Amino acid sequence: MLTLNEIAASRRLDVLEMVYRAKSGHIGGSMSCMDILVNLYYYVMDRDTDYFILSKGHCAEALYSVLADLNYIPKEELETFTRFGTRLAEHPTKKVPGVVTATGALGHGLSVGAGIALGLKRDKKGGSVYILMGDGEMAEGSIWEAIMSAAKYKLDNLIAIVDRNRLQISGGTENVMPMDGLSARFQAFGWNVVECDGHGDMTAVLKARRKDKPSAVIANTIKGRGSSVMENNAEWHHLIPSAEQYIQIKNDLGG
Amino acid sequence: MVSCRKAFTSTLLELAKNDPSIYAVATDSRGSVTLGDFAEQLPEQFAEVGIAEQNAVAMAAGLAITGKNVFVTGPACFLAARAYEQIKVDIAYNISNVKIVGVSAGVSYGPLGGTHTSLHDFAGMRALPNLSVFAPCDAVQARYITEYLAKYSGPAYMRMGRGDVERVYDDDETFEIGKAKLVKDGSDAAIIACGEMVYYAKQAAELLQKGGISARVLDMFTIKPFDTEAVIKAAQETRAIVTVEEHSVFGGLGEQVSHIVSENCPVKMKIMGFPDEEIKIGNSAELFNHYGLTPEGIAAEVKRLL
Repeated sequence: MLTLNEIAASRRLDVLEMVYRAKSGHIGGSMSCMDILVNLYYYVMDRDTDYFILSKGHCAEALYSVLADLNYIPKEELETFTRFGTRLAEHPTKKVPGVVTATGALGHGLSVGAGIALGLKRDKKGGSVYILMGDGEMAEGSIWEAIMSAAKYKLDNLIAIVDRNRLQISGGTENVMPMDGLSARFQAFGWNVVECDGHGDMTAVLKARRKDKPSAVIANTIKGRGSSVMENNAEWHHLIPSAEQYIQIKNDLGG
Repeated sequence: MVSCRKAFTSTLLELAKNDPSIYAVATDSRGSVTLGDFAEQLPEQFAEVGIAEQNAVAMAAGLAITGKNVFVTGPACFLAARAYEQIKVDIAYNISNVKIVGVSAGVSYGPLGGTHTSLHDFAGMRALPNLSVFAPCDAVQARYITEYLAKYSGPAYMRMGRGDVERVYDDDETFEIGKAKLVKDGSDAAIIACGEMVYYAKQAAELLQKGGISARVLDMFTIKPFDTEAVIKAAQETRAIVTVEEHSVFGGLGEQVSHIVSENCPVKMKIMGFPDEEIKIGNSAELFNHYGLTPEGIAAEVKRLL
């Protein structure tokens, strides 16, 4: 059986292939959130009863790689990423099996997730709702509306995960819109909050719940994780590797 | 006289009592929408998210994912503007089973000023694929559309005014979604109206009748899907078309009609509505009067075209 790290390494190689072939995509954020996705999809979620929303929809290629590996979509379909007529757009839609809501316009996922979580609670159904957000995305005001309503309705089946890579398209999050003290902000809004390393085994953190409180997991990550070519460089938000860089990134990822 | 919003909420409450999947989401709008009874009697089918339209619409999409038939409500001026991206993505693009119900639309809130007008919502909503758009003219029609929406599974926007409105239809009147309702037949000109303007259009036709002009009145309550055939027929069978709506002259009913007429059967036309300028302060009646949206104003335009 493959380890978490081995699965994540394979998925990162998928992302590299997709982005390099398509000459489009968001490689930096896809690499930063990959371990979170692998934790969720392979170790944490009950995929029959839980829901997942990639609120940072621009990292769709990371999600597609996971969905293909878990047979939601054919593996070879990854080759069609962003091609004319594909269902694998640069942002996910409901046309893709396993995707419950379209994302890509930032700041929507947590609200949709709060709606699902409320629906499940009203129906007295189990199941958790996981929302993966970017740290740059946290500047969207609608997210804070969702945070308030999740606390109001005591949605302890809702888990917001922030991919805290500290970089966004224009540079550092602290320059663009400071996000330090994110944990305290969530707490002040009535949430249960845990900070963790976003590149290791996060299963315990992701499974933890606090009765009557929604949970936030601030996952500290590295943008472009996996290759010295990209790591911690805001430019790699959506750069496309050159032929040389492609070879080096592939080597770094063990491919 | 009964307001459309009251007809909507009383119908929704009746239906929801027998169907636990029907949900209402409010944006501190229990009073403005008249959802107080719903909230009190069916708290488990009600969600109040406060003054947060974006979250309301997106949460409605989430509730729909769990199988709910969701009506998200609030003043049209806020829902159709503040939450436009959520409507575009979470409702229309997703093809969610969510109905967006905007009340106090048009210039219902005229004295409150330009922040509270919704004279842009047809333009915005019509441009979104997958989203149906309806504008009832009286309580009978509001009830019909509400019953239809409760059965329909998909995205829709319904907008209506605030005040009590004159009855255009008898209680047992029937309608067809996607088809204009013929209020009065006529052969000289056609007046195509929607919402509260239908009653004025009908009165205008009566005024014209006295002067020997036969005007057809079409109630275009179903803005999308749109009755293209009825417009072409009106263009072929009469000599002029006047459209009347409580909306900007840009992007609404009038533009839709002129689009169809110019492509299929050009005929003289006038689009009546609110001009592309800051709207004066005043109540609905004062504003309709000022901008010529009265039976007399409509009749005058018909005569001018003929």
